[in-house]
This record gives sequence, structure tokens and C-alpha cells, in this order.
Amino acid sequence: MKVVVAVKAVAALDDEAELVDGDTAVDPDGLEWDLNEWDAFSLEEALTLRDGAGDGEVVALTVGDEEAQDSLLACLAKGADRAVRIWDDALEGADPLAVARVLAAAIEPEAPDLVLCGVQSSDAVNGATGVAVAAHLGLPHVAVVKRLELEAGVATVERELEGGLVEVLRIRLPALMTIQTGINEPRYATLRAIKQARDKPLSELGLDDVGLDAARVGASAGARLRRLRHPEKGEGAEMLDGSPEDVAARIADIVKERMSA
Amino acid sequence: MILVIAETRRGELRPVTLELVTAALGLKEAAGGRVAVAVIDADASSFAGALAVAGVDEVLAVSASTPHFEAHHTQRAVEALIEAEQPALILLGHTIDSMGFGSAVAARLGLGFASDVTAVSWDGGPIATRGAYGGKLVAELDFPGHERTLLTVRAGAFDPADAAGAEPAVRPFDVAFDPPLTEHIEFREAATGDVDITKADFLLSIGRGIEDKDNIAQFEELAERLGATLSVSRPLVDAGWMSNARQVGQSGKTVQPKVYLALGISGAVQHLAGMQKADTIIAVNTDPDAPIFGVAHYGAVADLFDVAEALEQHFA
Repeated sequence: MKVVVAVKAVAALDDEAELVDGDTAVDPDGLEWDLNEWDAFSLEEALTLRDGAGDGEVVALTVGDEEAQDSLLACLAKGADRAVRIWDDALEGADPLAVARVLAAAIEPEAPDLVLCGVQSSDAVNGATGVAVAAHLGLPHVAVVKRLELEAGVATVERELEGGLVEVLRIRLPALMTIQTGINEPRYATLRAIKQARDKPLSELGLDDVGLDAARVGASAGARLRRLRHPEKGEGAEMLDGSPEDVAARIADIVKERMSA
Repeated sequence: MILVIAETRRGELRPVTLELVTAALGLKEAAGGRVAVAVIDADASSFAGALAVAGVDEVLAVSASTPHFEAHHTQRAVEALIEAEQPALILLGHTIDSMGFGSAVAARLGLGFASDVTAVSWDGGPIATRGAYGGKLVAELDFPGHERTLLTVRAGAFDPADAAGAEPAVRPFDVAFDPPLTEHIEFREAATGDVDITKADFLLSIGRGIEDKDNIAQFEELAERLGATLSVSRPLVDAGWMSNARQVGQSGKTVQPKVYLALGISGAVQHLAGMQKADTIIAVNTDPDAPIFGVAHYGAVADLFDVAEALEQHFA
């Protein structure tokens, strides 16, 4: 049972994040990096499947610069057998289709039984990369999976639909699935495992290592970022200032007034 | 031409479809003057009446070979439609079904692509607006080098079009389907439990900010004191602390109470989709940039435990 888990280091803005490069990027000093929340669940699912099968391999794979290194080490510490990081400066700001092209090129030679991705990343929230990877690899796929059971090469999965509805369906492996939060309880790495993670194989690849170049990746991009901006205020909330007591008093007034209206 | 891909489930047209029609009609002249809606369903032509919107020129009816949505078949049908009709813009809802095939179509056909789009304008081609960095920033995208662009549009971003016009012409569109790659077993409704949060006038809603399972009891008490019903955001359900019956959001319940008091909920898109139509939204969060302040009527940057404690005193 070989499972490739495509993961992402996500960037959270801190309070003083500033726009740079003609408002097309955020000053890196204002970003904090972490393993994407969804990917903790997809990794856990992969580890569970490997361990349930009794043998096999879990490979964590990411497209990211050095900021992504810690997230890959976290995957190794939690139990991934090896990790792969693919990067080229041409990938800076790459859109989901360009990232999918690179991921697919890196996954193809792995020939996994199963590819797992998070449903989406918490920073870009595209919900698009995984299924685009499946398209490049010609793999059957299911998006937004909240339960996964495997028997004799056939997966029975629950696809989480809107409003609490669930679809149960079957799909034959090899396949790609995007995994929803809550599907399992992601483990924490022990301190010992965190130390040992540095001894596990972590390869760093460039675009030419996966048979691509900047021009081909650029050609597969779906969009160009024109500019970033802060959301317009005005439409936003009227802010209640003061101590917690002041805030609570205002909230109580508003609630009582609205509920009696 | 603009091609809208309708979404159907169990014989119903899903509401996002008429929102897509509104988005399409707003760009109709700029994008070539024609709007077609494609329905991919086992009974596709039956939806013509539900799509009787003035300005919709045509319904393209693809007769699906499976009784329910099958991602690979829909993908195949949408690819065939795009190749035959050559639309400049293809609009899908940013829904669970679309997440199963939209980006695959774009990747395979080399289309311009953006997902979870909240606004679209036209300047020689589409310009899309969407969130960035978890909704804390807004990104404006264009699609240079692409003659065709596929956008998935956030549910609720546009008002639904009024389907009170003349029934549009229906044109059957044949697609040669391969055998499906997934097998539908059943639909299952989530457990409802003993509470119906959609019926409550006043929801006290808690999220990740409460930090620990042991703190839930205190908010159950607060809700009772306030005369509110307790609801939660997704992370508390994922953690197994609360039942899905109390979950507000895309995968939980859509609520519209008189008052929605959110404590420690930052406001992920999927959560906002479930509560942004509440009459009055009050949000307390320690993060001044939390997206929930974008939809709240009143907000406070404060520690929710301090506010909760002080709030109790006002409800004897």
C-alpha cells in the first residue's frame, strides 16, 4: 500500500503584514508558516491505511520553498516514511493549476495506490489543486471525503455534501481523494519522533528533476494575480470598544433590543 | 458566449444555479451576447421551467447516464460542451459537486481558472475577485493567454435570478459517456439529534476560541441564561466535542436567527455561508482581522471568556 500525500505549508498573516511588489505579494516578514490543517487529516488517513495494510509506504510531497521544510519534517515526525520538496523560484505565487502540474509530474513516477490531498488549504482556499492533479494523472477521484474504508482495492467513501447530507460511493484504486477535516483524529508527533524525523529521507527536487521547466509550468497556470488589497471596511462591523465589561453591556443591550423587536 | 453549468441533486435545481445566471446576465453583452445554461441530469430537459429567466437564450440538456451526479461523467460532459460551444466564460457554483470536477476540466483543457469567486467584471476578458490569505485579503485575478475561462462562484455571492420568464428553448446535447468510475450507493442524512438550530431566534455560537472541551459546559450555561440556543462552528464537531446537529455552515445548517452571537469564531467561508443572513450578527474575537467582522453588524476585539463572564451579569 503506497500512499502519496500532497501537503502544503500555509501562510497566515500577522497583524502587521504589508503588501509589497505593487500590491501583488505580502512582505514575507508578515507571514507565519504551518502545515495546512486539512493535510494533517489526509496524512493521518494515509498513515492509518498503511498501518492497517501491514506494509507499505507513505510519501509526503510538497511544492514549496524553504518555508515548507518544517511542514515536511512535521509529516515525517508524525510517521511519513519519506518526503519530497519540489521548488523553483519560477513557482513563486503559482496558481493551483500550475502547482497541480508540478505535483502530478512528481507523483507519476511514484505510481502510488492512492493519492490523498486536503480538500483545500487554509490560506488560498481554492479547493482545486487535488482534483486537477487527478486530471493530469488520469486517476479516478473523489472530492471532500469524510470517511474512507478500503477492502480488496475498492474504497467505500463518504462524500460530504451541503447541509449535512452525505453520499456513500465506491471507487476502485488507484485513485485520488481530497480529505475533509474531522475524518480522523490527527496524531501529534512525540519529541523523539521529531528528533528522528531529521534522519528520514527528504529529497529536494527542481523542476528539471520532474521533467518540467518554468515555461511549461507557466503555460499551465490558470490565472494571474493583478493585485491584492485589504477588504473594504465600511460594510464591516460597528466595533464595540472598551473593557470586556463595556463590551458585554453593549452586547446585552443589543440582544435585548433585537429580541424584543 | 457564457455557459452556466446548472447543479441538480435528487431532482431539484440547486439554488446556486440561479445565482450563476445572475452573474452571467450581468456580463452577457461584454462576453458576446449569449447565455446558455447546461443541465447534466438523468432528466435534464425537465429543468427548463426552473430556468425560465429572461435573458437566458438556451438550455443545453445533457442526458446523464447515471441517476445521480457522477464527477467523471459531469467532467466529460462539461469538456464536450466547452469544445462544442466554445464559450468565453464557463460558470460553476463553488460547491462540493463542482469541487469534484471543475479544476479537472480546467487542467485538461488548459482554461483560465479561478475558484470561490465572489465578483466578476469584464475588461477584454473576465476579471475575478476572490479571497486570499484565508479571506484576510482580497485578490483580483485576470487570465492572460486564455480564450476561455472557467470560474467557480461562491454560493450567495449573487442574488438568484427570477425564473418567471418564458421557458427557454431546450437543445439536447449528446455526450458519449464511458462507464462511470464511481458507484453511487446511497445518500444519507446527518443525524438530527434533539435540537433544531434552524428554528432558534437567538443563537449563541462558539468556535475554536473556546480552546478546550471542558469549557463547553460554561457556554451551555451561558446560553441557557441568555435564553439562546447553543450552536457551534465546524472545528468543535471535527474534534468530536459537539454533535453535527448544532453545526452552522456549509456542511452543517444554514441559520437565519434574529440574533447570532459568535464567540471565538474567526469566520471561515464555509461558516459564513451558513449564518450571514442572520438579522443581527455580533462577533467577539481576539483577532482584529478575523473574516467574521466582515459580515458582523457589531464586533468586539476581546477575550471571549472575559466577555462571557461579564455578559452573564446582564441576564438575571
